[in-house]
Amino acid sequence: MIRDQESHKALLEALGRYVNERLRPLEDQVAEDDNIPDEVVQEMREMGLFGLTIPEEYGGLGLTMEEEVHAAMTLGGTSPAFRSLIGTNNGIGSSALIFDGSDEQRQRYLPKLASGEAIASFCLTEPDAGSDSAALKTRARKEGDQYILNGNKRFITNAPRADFFTVLARTDPDQPGARGISAFIVDAKSPGISLGAKDKKMGHAGSHTCDVNFDDVAVPAENLIGGVEGKGFYTAMKVLDRGRLHIAALSVGIAQRLLDDSVRFASERQQFGKPIAEHQMIQAMLADCKTEIYAGQAMVLDCARKRDDALPHSTEAACCKLFCTEMVGRVADKAVQIHGGSGYISDYGVERFYRDVRLFRLYEGTSQIQQMVIARNLVKEAGI
Amino acid sequence: MKILVAVKRVVDYNVKVRPKSDGTDVDIANAKMSINPFCEIAVEEAVRLKEKGVATEVVAVSLGTKQSQEQIRTAMALGADRGILVETDTELQPLGVAKCLNAIIAKESPDLVIMGKQSIDGDNNQTGQMLGALSNMPQGTFASEVAVEDGTVNVTREIDGGLQTVKLNLPAIVTTDLRLNEPRYASLPNIMKAKKKPLDTTTPDELGVDVAPRVQTLKVEPPAERSAGIKVADVAELVEKLKNEAKVI
Repeated sequence: MIRDQESHKALLEALGRYVNERLRPLEDQVAEDDNIPDEVVQEMREMGLFGLTIPEEYGGLGLTMEEEVHAAMTLGGTSPAFRSLIGTNNGIGSSALIFDGSDEQRQRYLPKLASGEAIASFCLTEPDAGSDSAALKTRARKEGDQYILNGNKRFITNAPRADFFTVLARTDPDQPGARGISAFIVDAKSPGISLGAKDKKMGHAGSHTCDVNFDDVAVPAENLIGGVEGKGFYTAMKVLDRGRLHIAALSVGIAQRLLDDSVRFASERQQFGKPIAEHQMIQAMLADCKTEIYAGQAMVLDCARKRDDALPHSTEAACCKLFCTEMVGRVADKAVQIHGGSGYISDYGVERFYRDVRLFRLYEGTSQIQQMVIARNLVKEAGI
Repeated sequence: MKILVAVKRVVDYNVKVRPKSDGTDVDIANAKMSINPFCEIAVEEAVRLKEKGVATEVVAVSLGTKQSQEQIRTAMALGADRGILVETDTELQPLGVAKCLNAIIAKESPDLVIMGKQSIDGDNNQTGQMLGALSNMPQGTFASEVAVEDGTVNVTREIDGGLQTVKLNLPAIVTTDLRLNEPRYASLPNIMKAKKKPLDTTTPDELGVDVAPRVQTLKVEPPAERSAGIKVADVAELVEKLKNEAKVI
C-alpha cells in the first residue's frame, strides 16, 4: 500500500539521490577502512533513515511494507554496509518492541531508535543455536523484580555500536523449545555485558558483528517485552517474517545495481572490434539477469501488498527471501563474468558485491530454512 | 523578513537529452524531472537565512504545468514555508516568467527575491535581470556570498575578473551562482511534512500577464559530432599544425 503517491515518489527520489551522489562514491573508502565515517552516520540520522519503519507517533516515517520494500530496493543501489547500519533499528532491533512491546516500552525506546540517537541490536543467534533458534541456551532467571541473564550470543549485527539489545533468553528451563523463551530489552552498558572481538567477515566491510556475552546481567523485570514470559520466540518469528521481505527487496536492489554496472561496462568494453554488449553470449547473461530481477521485484511487491492488506503471506515471504537472495547470487556471479578480469579485481567493486551478497542466503533464515517453511506450510495447508 | 524563491522544473541533470526526430524540440517524454540546481541553491540560501533568524518566511514560487507542484514540494521539504504555483501549459520564456514573478512580488511584497542565475534547460540567464528591470528593484547576480544587514544586502558576485561586492537596498533580487552554498539533502520526514504545507495556485491570466512566447524555435539539432583527433610526432609538428592548419598561433 502506497499511502500517498506524490510523497512516496519524492521520498524515493531523495533517497535515490543520496544513495547515488553521496554513498556510492564512499563505497571503496568504507570497504578499505572497514568503517562508515561519523559524518555520514550523522547525515543518515538527519535524513531520517534510522526511523523508516518506526511508527509516526514515535517519530519515524511509519512506512507501509510496500513503501519499505521500495526504500530497500533503492538502498540496494549501494554497498549493503550502509543498509546494515540502519537495518537493525528499522528491522530486527526495533520490530519486537513495535509488535509486542508495551506502550511504556515503546515510548521509552522507539523515539531514540527513530532519530538514530540510539542503535539497537537483536540477540537471537548463539554458538549452538543458529537455524534451530528455539534451542537457545541463554538463561534469564527471575530474582525479585529483575531477571539475571547468562549466556553467549553470536554474529550480532551492530553490537559494537549498540546502545541496547533485544535479547532472546530462556525464562523457563523446564520448557526446552520455543515456549520457554522470552524477549528482553537490555541496556548495552549493563554490568556483566562484554563484547567479543569484531568478526572477520567475507564481506560487508564497514558493518560489524561480534559476540555479546551476558554474565550475571541484571535486567529490570519491566524490560520483559510485552510483560509476559514465554512469548519471546513467537515475537522473534514475527520479527524475522518482516525481515524476510526487506532482505528480499534489498537483494533485488543490489541485483539491479550490478546489472546497471554490467550494462555500462559491456557497452564500453570492446573486444573483437565491437562492444561486448553486442556479443550474443554477453547479451544472454544480461537478459537472464534482467528477467530474474524483474521476477524478484514482482514477487516482493506482491507479497508486500499482501502484508499491508493483512492477508496471509508467510509462505510468500519465505518464497521471496529464498528466490531473491539466491537470484542476487546468480546475478553477482554473472556480473563478475561479464566484467571478466576486471570483475575479479577490486577497482570495479563487482567482486565486493559478489562477496557481500553471499550473506543474504545465510542470515535471517538460510535458504534451506525458507524451503522448510514453504514446504511445511504447503503440507499443512493441504491438510491431507 | 520575507523571502521569495523561484524554482523551476527542469530535466534532471543526470539525464542525457536528445532532440526529437522531427527536430521541433528536445525529447523529454518520460525523462526524470527535478528542481533546477541553481534554484536549489537559491532555496538553500533562503532557508539558511531563515535558520539564522534573518528571514521569517520563505515562499517558493514556480511557473509551469501542474507537475511543477513537485518542485515546490521539494522546496518545501528543504524548508520553504509555503508555495505558489502559476499554472499554465503555455511554453514559458524568460520575459513571461519575469512578468509573472513581478506580479507575484506586487502581491507578496517580499524583502528579498532569490533565484537561480539560469536554468540548465534553456541556459538563458535572463529572468533575474528582466525581473530587476520590471520591478525596479536592485539586482545582485551570480552571487557567491549573500549577507543581509540593516535593510541592505551585500552580494559578492562572481565576475570575469574575480569577485565584486555590491551593496543593495532591500527589497532586492539576488541570482545564485554555483559556489554560493552546497544544498542539503531533504530529510525524509520533511518530505512527508511538505505535503501538509500550503500551496496556492494561480494563473498568468489571474495575474494579468500575457505569457505568449515572443521567440519562436525554428529547429533543434544535436551538436556536430567531434571528428577523431590525430597524434603528432613531436613539438615541431604540433607547432607547424597549429600555425598552418588550425591557424591559432
